[in-house]
Amino acid sequence: MDRNHLLRQVAYMKNSLFDQGYLDREQFTQLEELQDDANPNFVEEIVTLYYNDSARLIQNMEQTLVNRPIDFVRLEEILHQFKGSSSSIGAKKVNDACTQLKEYCSAENTEGCSRTLQLVKQEHAVLRTRLETYFQMVREAG
Amino acid sequence: MNLSNDKGSMSTASSSVVSDQFPAGLRVLVVDDDPTCLRILEKMLRTCLYEVTKCNRAEYALNLLRKNRNGYDIVISDVHMPDMDGFKLLEHVGLEMDLPVIMMSADDSKHVVMKGVTHGACDYLIKPVRIEALKNIWQHVVRKRRNELKDIEQSGSVEEGGDRQPKPSEEPDYSSSANEGSWRKRRKDEEEEAEERDDTSTLKKPRVVWSVELHQQFVAAVNQLGIDKAVPKKILELMNVPGLTRENVASHLQKYRLYLRRLSGVSQHQGNSFMSPQEPPYGPLSSINGIDLQTLAATGQLPAQSLATLQAAGLGRSSAKSGVPMPLVDQRNIFSFDNPKLRFGEGQPQHMSSGKQMNLLHGIPTTMEAKQLVNLHHSAQSLGGMNMQVSVHGAQSGQSNSLMMQMAQPQSRGQIINETAGGQVPRLPTSMGQPVLSNGIAGGVLTRNGVGENGRGTGYNTVSQTSSMLNFPLNHTPELPGNSFPLGTTPGISTLTPKGPFQEDVNSDIKGSVEFMSSYDIFNDLQQHKPHSWELQNVGLTFDASQHSNSMPSGVDVTPSVLINQGYSSSQRSGQNSNAPPISKAMFSVGEATEHGNSQNIGQHLNNLLVDNSMRVKTERVPDTSCPPTLFSQHYSQGDLMSALLKQQDGIDPAENDFEFDGYSLDNIPV
Repeated sequence: MDRNHLLRQVAYMKNSLFDQGYLDREQFTQLEELQDDANPNFVEEIVTLYYNDSARLIQNMEQTLVNRPIDFVRLEEILHQFKGSSSSIGAKKVNDACTQLKEYCSAENTEGCSRTLQLVKQEHAVLRTRLETYFQMVREAG
Repeated sequence: MNLSNDKGSMSTASSSVVSDQFPAGLRVLVVDDDPTCLRILEKMLRTCLYEVTKCNRAEYALNLLRKNRNGYDIVISDVHMPDMDGFKLLEHVGLEMDLPVIMMSADDSKHVVMKGVTHGACDYLIKPVRIEALKNIWQHVVRKRRNELKDIEQSGSVEEGGDRQPKPSEEPDYSSSANEGSWRKRRKDEEEEAEERDDTSTLKKPRVVWSVELHQQFVAAVNQLGIDKAVPKKILELMNVPGLTRENVASHLQKYRLYLRRLSGVSQHQGNSFMSPQEPPYGPLSSINGIDLQTLAATGQLPAQSLATLQAAGLGRSSAKSGVPMPLVDQRNIFSFDNPKLRFGEGQPQHMSSGKQMNLLHGIPTTMEAKQLVNLHHSAQSLGGMNMQVSVHGAQSGQSNSLMMQMAQPQSRGQIINETAGGQVPRLPTSMGQPVLSNGIAGGVLTRNGVGENGRGTGYNTVSQTSSMLNFPLNHTPELPGNSFPLGTTPGISTLTPKGPFQEDVNSDIKGSVEFMSSYDIFNDLQQHKPHSWELQNVGLTFDASQHSNSMPSGVDVTPSVLINQGYSSSQRSGQNSNAPPISKAMFSVGEATEHGNSQNIGQHLNNLLVDNSMRVKTERVPDTSCPPTLFSQHYSQGDLMSALLKQQDGIDPAENDFEFDGYSLDNIPV
């Protein structure tokens, strides 16, 4: 049936997100389990919330690297917040990039920070695309 | 077990601890600035069938808590928040509301977790939080209540001690597993046992509300008997309040002593030590101050210099005063939360002398408060002539802000006030203290309080300073283990339900003339063992606080100070603050050396409030840092205070050794 096919596709997509390390299986599954009749689009709602908020955080982080002198403490603060947020939705690759950034930040390595922040941004964007596609599929599957 | 039937702390339909639905309906307040996490947590908690309230700002959370003291069972808070440090919030909640608080963070480094422990968090969750971790948070609520119950029992009746012994042993079962069935059974057993005892009655009796009047009667009785001789039985007889049991008085007395101890700034460890059962001759309250000082000194937190100053003050010398002149501005640093060792001005020697005093005054957010309050009381009493009245009335405008503002006149003042406020605030049952403390952000007090908004521009600057000061108390308890002492304080203290009448008084009293100094005065007042209407003041404060806090956008900070003043003013007006004396003045003047009549009043109020607060909140917090030596010195130098100090010092050793300072060696304190 069409719907079953769609549902299978959804499952497939999700699994590949897990397997490819974009999403943390446990965390994301937990989010899905919270979804119920009262909140049928809970996961999507959370992801939307996350992207709205995290965009701002990334911007703030970029700003710290632009200012002179660079406030690494502030950068780390924002990063901490960003990381907490990302981990709550299970954004694994994003989180890994954050860990790298954190190390460079602690070392006050400007170049390293710039580089890894770009990596964070990249992973952040890639995941967003993947998830958008995923949720679209979910909606189609009903 | 219905610890708070009448007050409704658990009486909401969904929150009855003993209901069969428990833990369903547990009222949780979750605070996190991250909207994603907040939403997820909310959903998870709802899935656990808890009643969830979420907020993304700590100040707002404090307002909610203050407005509705009994409206929540447990608080979950993030550690890193932009507007207020999670640990500060933790301290506030522990002091003011005595609720269990769970911290969470993505940071799992040991030192942060340790900080949570030392600040009294009952648990620490690592993000991302799993729902399994949330499922068992009810255990903290149960444990706390059981501890409270135990405390009451211990304090109230020696004879029951034996019966109660088995209960504690049951706790491990609860904490180790969410064994609802067995828990419920045990609870029922406890209740049955309680009901079987006719004499204990603490369990089955409805929670005693220590209203302002009641507390005043209590304080009057205590003063009449003398701190040394104030035993529950005699206090009860003097008070002659029908329906009040010796246990009620005993537990209230215990809290009061803790509060006083906090005022004196003695570092107290663990609340457990406070919970000496029965009516131990704790010794004069005054002695508490002394002990506190000594303890503080012994623990190295109170620099010998400060201690000496305090002691000198106690002995009636005014030398302390010299120690007081702390650059309030600098004190801010001391108080900054980030300097856990600051309490006694570590690393800030110059400040410490003055700052320490202030700190002492404000006391360590947790434990210090009690001490500070005690000190305040003492000093207030002896000083006798502090311009408490004046300052209080200044705050008539009913705007806490104005109060703060005025108090904050001199920058340094503000700081002091902040500290006192901070330290004191937490103690206040009303959320008064909270707003100020929450300001944790130096200089943010004014803005927080919205004082500025209220139009009291004068004190704004100072207010902010105060905020830093206030924050201090919070910061100071870094080392203290378990800020939240599960002393079963609640039963006796009961909640100060905001009373309408108080509010009015408060507002009127608080008219803006509050000088910063007055905040000290408040402390002074608190120290005084006057039968001021603590409750009243506190209550008023609460209302005002809540009222004010609402109006002030970020005014949480301000509110406390304002409220306090209001509370004081109200009490003053009612003429109960007979002693507004010098103490309060001393308090403020410590840093300022300026005596403001207003401050006295305020101090008085503060004292009352603080006392109340300390009683209510877990005064067990480590008292150490914030003993305001200056305050003592000032007060003491004034006559009555001196005698009080002397008395305290005399009585300290025996009494204190008995129950509080384990391992503290009073001998170490240079006098």
